[in-house]
Amino acid sequence: MRPLDIAYMGNMLPVIASYIPLTLFMAVVGMVLALVLAAVFAVVRVLRVPIIDRVVAVFISFFRGTPLLVQLFLFYYGLPQLFPSLTSLDGVTAAIIGLTLHFAAYMAESIRGAILGVDRSQWEAASSIGMTQGQVLRRIILPQAARVAAPTLMNYFIDMIKSTSLAFTLGVTEMMGAAQKEAAGSFLYLEAFLVVALFYWAIVEILSVGQRWIERHLGRAVAR
Amino acid sequence: MSCEIRVDGLVKRFGDQTVLDGIDLCLQPGERVAIIGPSGTGKSTLLRCLNYLDRPDAGHIRLGDLDIDAAKASSADVLALRRRTSFVFQNYALFANKTARENIMEGLTVVRGWPKAKAGARADEILAQIGLSDRGDSYPVNLSGGQQQRVGIGRAMALHADLMLFDEPTSALDPEWVGEVLDLIRQIADGRQTMLIVTHEMQFAREIADRIIFMEGGRIVEQGPPEQIFGAAQDERTRAFLRRVG
Ligand SMILES: Nc1ncnc2c1ncn2[C@@H]1O[C@H](COP(=O)(O)OP(=O)(O)O)[C@@H](O)[C@H]1O
Ligand SMILES: [Mg+2]
Repeated sequence: MRPLDIAYMGNMLPVIASYIPLTLFMAVVGMVLALVLAAVFAVVRVLRVPIIDRVVAVFISFFRGTPLLVQLFLFYYGLPQLFPSLTSLDGVTAAIIGLTLHFAAYMAESIRGAILGVDRSQWEAASSIGMTQGQVLRRIILPQAARVAAPTLMNYFIDMIKSTSLAFTLGVTEMMGAAQKEAAGSFLYLEAFLVVALFYWAIVEILSVGQRWIERHLGRAVAR
Repeated sequence: MSCEIRVDGLVKRFGDQTVLDGIDLCLQPGERVAIIGPSGTGKSTLLRCLNYLDRPDAGHIRLGDLDIDAAKASSADVLALRRRTSFVFQNYALFANKTARENIMEGLTVVRGWPKAKAGARADEILAQIGLSDRGDSYPVNLSGGQQQRVGIGRAMALHADLMLFDEPTSALDPEWVGEVLDLIRQIADGRQTMLIVTHEMQFAREIADRIIFMEGGRIVEQGPPEQIFGAAQDERTRAFLRRVG
């Protein structure tokens, strides 16, 4: 057994750290887009919008039923064969699209559950004063559903951050890709991957603290 | 006889159960009508149909220049009707994500399109009227049952509806809160607000109502001024019911 090359790991820190912005960029953009898409999907499903509801159901089923890695390969390598104009699709964009669709499918289901969990009397009271269905959803139902879904959605965000590491399979040099390159040069695989693991861990830990703070904050305003 | 609200042949079915079996109703402007009757008789359903929380299967609802054929009401008809009728729920049903003040403002800003400041000023007037000026920033979860129902009534008052509908507004309350809620409704009744109130508080109904309607089995069995219904009911079913609750 050889000792860990601590000095090497120390030198690696700034290298890997310089890729944190790209990792967070993919995760944040993916999360924002996924949230919007998931809310739309959830509303379509709750309101049982004819036809679209079926399309969304199949979409969700597909993206929950296949591995994220397979989806990323489909977008990055597969789609350009179908639409030649997509050959310019870069790895980062493909990764963001894949992460967005994949996580939107999961998040739509939790948001839908949270919407259905809001008491029926809230719908009735809002309708009774003459609000349109859209107003009822936007002003009364979704804010209450968001509070219920927030912890789950936060967990998906954490999951999404970790999943950005798959972008390296699309040739993107993000944190994982950088570690891989380092290791390929030095052969110090253990050190390189340990450093990148520690980075992911630290980011997730920081977010977990933020998550607890947000939950306490939301919980303070109202309970149902 | 001028009806402010006129209902003709209202029918509502749930599956193969006919819950409202041809209800006719005429309310004069400023008339206060109490509906009594055994439970499961369709009283709530009648009120809910008048606010389109339940969709009637047949009949007509006329309110001012609004004339709705129940069988083919458009969503515009439904919204128009809801803007002219307000509903007070048995379980209050306050918006859980809004403060008391916001609950009262919501219909004014969102539905009536009032500017925030104007709606806020109106909400403050109503908070004073319902005796909750100091609780405007409280969320429903932090209010007592009686306070929640007073906000529920305030929310309905804010809309200045042609018709206020109360569905057993005190039935879910602990006895200690019933008095303050009845006092508030009495105050609204004294202002000659046209209202339809379903209640089990017979004494209260007798005091505030111009007319009592006794319903059973989805039909209006008998109606008349309180002294007639409570003193000299014609129908045996009415008398039997009053003996039971009395
Ligand atoms: N949403 C519904 N679905 C099926 N049946 C219902 C529904 N709402 C009410 N009912 C039935 O309609 C009847 C009348 O109910 P309701 O109007 O609540 O009576 P009341 O208010 O006089 O007690 C009851 O038998 C009840 O079970
Ligand atoms: Mg009832």
